[in-house]
Amino acid sequence: MSQTTQTETGSPLAGGASTGGPAAGSASGGPAAGSASGMPDLLYSDAESQLRAAVRALLADRAGWRDVLARTETSQPYDTGLWRALAADVGCAGLIVPEALGGAGASYREAAVVAEELGRAVAPVPYLGSAIVATAALLSAGEEEELLGALAAGRATAALAVPFAAAPGARPMPTIRVSAAHDDEPAGTYRLSGSVRGIADVLPADILLVPADGVPYGLYAVSADEAGVTLAPVVSLDATRQLADLTLDDVPARRIAAGAAAEQAVAAALGAGAAMLASELLGVAERCLEMTVAYVKERRQFARPVGSFQALKHRLADLWVAVTQARAAARYAAACLATGDPDAPLAIALAKAACSDAAVKAGQETVQLHGGIGFTWEHPAHLYLKRGKSGSIGFGTADRHRGSLGALANLPAASAAPATGASR
Amino acid sequence: MLAEDDLRSQVRDFLAAHDLAAADRLDFLRARFDAGLAWVHYPGGLGGQGLPRSLQQVVDGEFAAAGAPTNNPERNGIGLGMAAPTILSCGSQEQKKRWLRPLWTGEEIWCQLFSEPGAGSDLAGLATRAVRDGDHWVVNGQKVWTSSAHLAKRALLVTRTDPDVPKHKGMTYFACDMTAPGVEVRPLRQLTGEAEFNEVFLSDVVIPDADRIGTVGDGWRVATATLMNERVAIGGAATPREGGMIASAAHTWREHPELRTPGLHDAVLRLWADAEVARLAGARLRQQLAAGQPGPEGSAAKLVFARLNQQISEFEVELAGPDGLRYEDWSMRRPDGANFYGRDPGYRYLRAKGNSIEGGTSEILRNIIAERVLGLPAEVRLDKDVPWKDLPR
Repeated sequence: MSQTTQTETGSPLAGGASTGGPAAGSASGGPAAGSASGMPDLLYSDAESQLRAAVRALLADRAGWRDVLARTETSQPYDTGLWRALAADVGCAGLIVPEALGGAGASYREAAVVAEELGRAVAPVPYLGSAIVATAALLSAGEEEELLGALAAGRATAALAVPFAAAPGARPMPTIRVSAAHDDEPAGTYRLSGSVRGIADVLPADILLVPADGVPYGLYAVSADEAGVTLAPVVSLDATRQLADLTLDDVPARRIAAGAAAEQAVAAALGAGAAMLASELLGVAERCLEMTVAYVKERRQFARPVGSFQALKHRLADLWVAVTQARAAARYAAACLATGDPDAPLAIALAKAACSDAAVKAGQETVQLHGGIGFTWEHPAHLYLKRGKSGSIGFGTADRHRGSLGALANLPAASAAPATGASR
Repeated sequence: MLAEDDLRSQVRDFLAAHDLAAADRLDFLRARFDAGLAWVHYPGGLGGQGLPRSLQQVVDGEFAAAGAPTNNPERNGIGLGMAAPTILSCGSQEQKKRWLRPLWTGEEIWCQLFSEPGAGSDLAGLATRAVRDGDHWVVNGQKVWTSSAHLAKRALLVTRTDPDVPKHKGMTYFACDMTAPGVEVRPLRQLTGEAEFNEVFLSDVVIPDADRIGTVGDGWRVATATLMNERVAIGGAATPREGGMIASAAHTWREHPELRTPGLHDAVLRLWADAEVARLAGARLRQQLAAGQPGPEGSAAKLVFARLNQQISEFEVELAGPDGLRYEDWSMRRPDGANFYGRDPGYRYLRAKGNSIEGGTSEILRNIIAERVLGLPAEVRLDKDVPWKDLPR
């Protein structure tokens, strides 16, 4: 991976991928102008395809859907062995971390390809939570080289303590409070108390990155094995990404960032999370389409393959179109994040909206077009339906992301005053 | 870069040798064609230099910057977008020499005589007969949905030449002289009130065998080549953000706060997002083509374009409220083509209804995607091995 790419990777995180500000980059008279550098490459490079092949081979070997399904009913919903192999051996944990900090010095383009593959396999690993969201928060906050190095090398796993449903820009109500350290503790120590519901990829985490309210608002690092940390697994709609409720009871913490820097770190993390989750959902949708096309070619009723009926063919053609459109949006978001393009907030909103809708549609069509077998526990269709629907809510629903276009593309909402419509 | 620099200097040399102020417009365009600077991806001797298609913009940019006359490509969309590639891939060398230059310069407008009253989606069922008589053919039949027929010098024409074989095998393709005796063009008035299209009646029209494109009985293959180019032409142009029909919807939204409602806000956000994603998908498709990875995504472009145009224009009429109840003009007129950017929402709403019918219905496009892209089994065919004359009608 080139030094140039590495340098470019660092900047957007520092600059923040926040979608919070109103009308960022848009003139009052029109929409945002689009990418600053013209249309970026929306295809997959040879290096990206090679990375995809390596990840796909590992997942085929280690994460067949029957294993994934069986794991959902155990007490170990995350596959930590698989995660170690992906993180350390293939190098997926450090893709967005510069080489100087122990990472691969790649970019969000490569990271998105890995996310697609994990979606295709509905893989139960904390890639999104640790290698993307927590890592993006640390890269934005800066000065956390040791922790970043450990995450990038796969020696540690971290999670940002925000609800999975939190959308970029919509700062969640703070539910963790900061208080002063105990008298015998070193300077720079704080104590956190409170709870956060429905966090993704937090169960296997060693380190928790906790946004907490106090004076000032800050982002804090907490060791998951401290006394007073309680993680209660949640019976989750998507059992391949089991959520957990976090409770902190007077837990010692180290402050990573304060004030605006902390807010920016959280916003950058949520933006990166939404973009990479969009690519994951693209993978979910693609796999659904493949699976269903293969099935309707095989399944025979009325003495012919059911895939020869126009009623089914047209639905699958429409699904293919939706996947095709979603892929363009996902690649554009990854490309904008990779170069720190100022169009990134808009690109992320488009990608999350398009990929959420495509994945939900794909999961639903997969169940319906498989007929009876698609409704059973023993068929993988439900894993994709649940991963798709859950992911569509994760880091902001399609509706919320489209809503952010009101500011980003200068399409303001109706005012509170009733429109008369006749005064034009 | 070398090819690009070389092209730039070629254009500059050409401009130096042809005084823009003094030159006759057609003479200038003919000379540009003969210099291989018309369409650079075409072969040498036929207006091009066998270069990558992407370099065309270099040449067009240089000529535009110099204020050179253009060949008014919008007036000959079918000629440039469909006839030229068909002639190039399926015509004889003599035909290419004879037809491509006046086509490119705009001296000869082309139209397309494909659809018939009894052959729309099932184009291969067409009934217009061509009967051979020595070194020419005599053609009788009726064609419909023919844009520009009233302006055209020539037409791409598919005919039935052998009714005794199954329908796909008995067709032959011609270039028809639209000024020949027996060609009658009548306007076909649309639901928008005007007539872009025509119906064309062919009564004992004589076509020289030298104007046949492809071999006798090979008409379906040539017609398929034309239709592929048509779909690329309809869905494939590059646009800036808010470059399509969404532009006027977004503009009205911004300029008229009094028209906004919560439900319409959701609609405008959806449409804006869908239009922008479709634009990105179009850009990705062009990148694939440029990288020599012709992907099947092209089939999606026209389908999405039709759907978006219909949804956006439907939204626009509703957003307009009381003004949406007015229509500018129902009188019978003869425009050159669809005008999606210069007219009112009611016209756009009505005209966009044709987008999912012209150039292959959206239903036929879904069949194509399902069968050619996804590899799903073909429809059960009752007409495949039956002689055309024996098909039930």
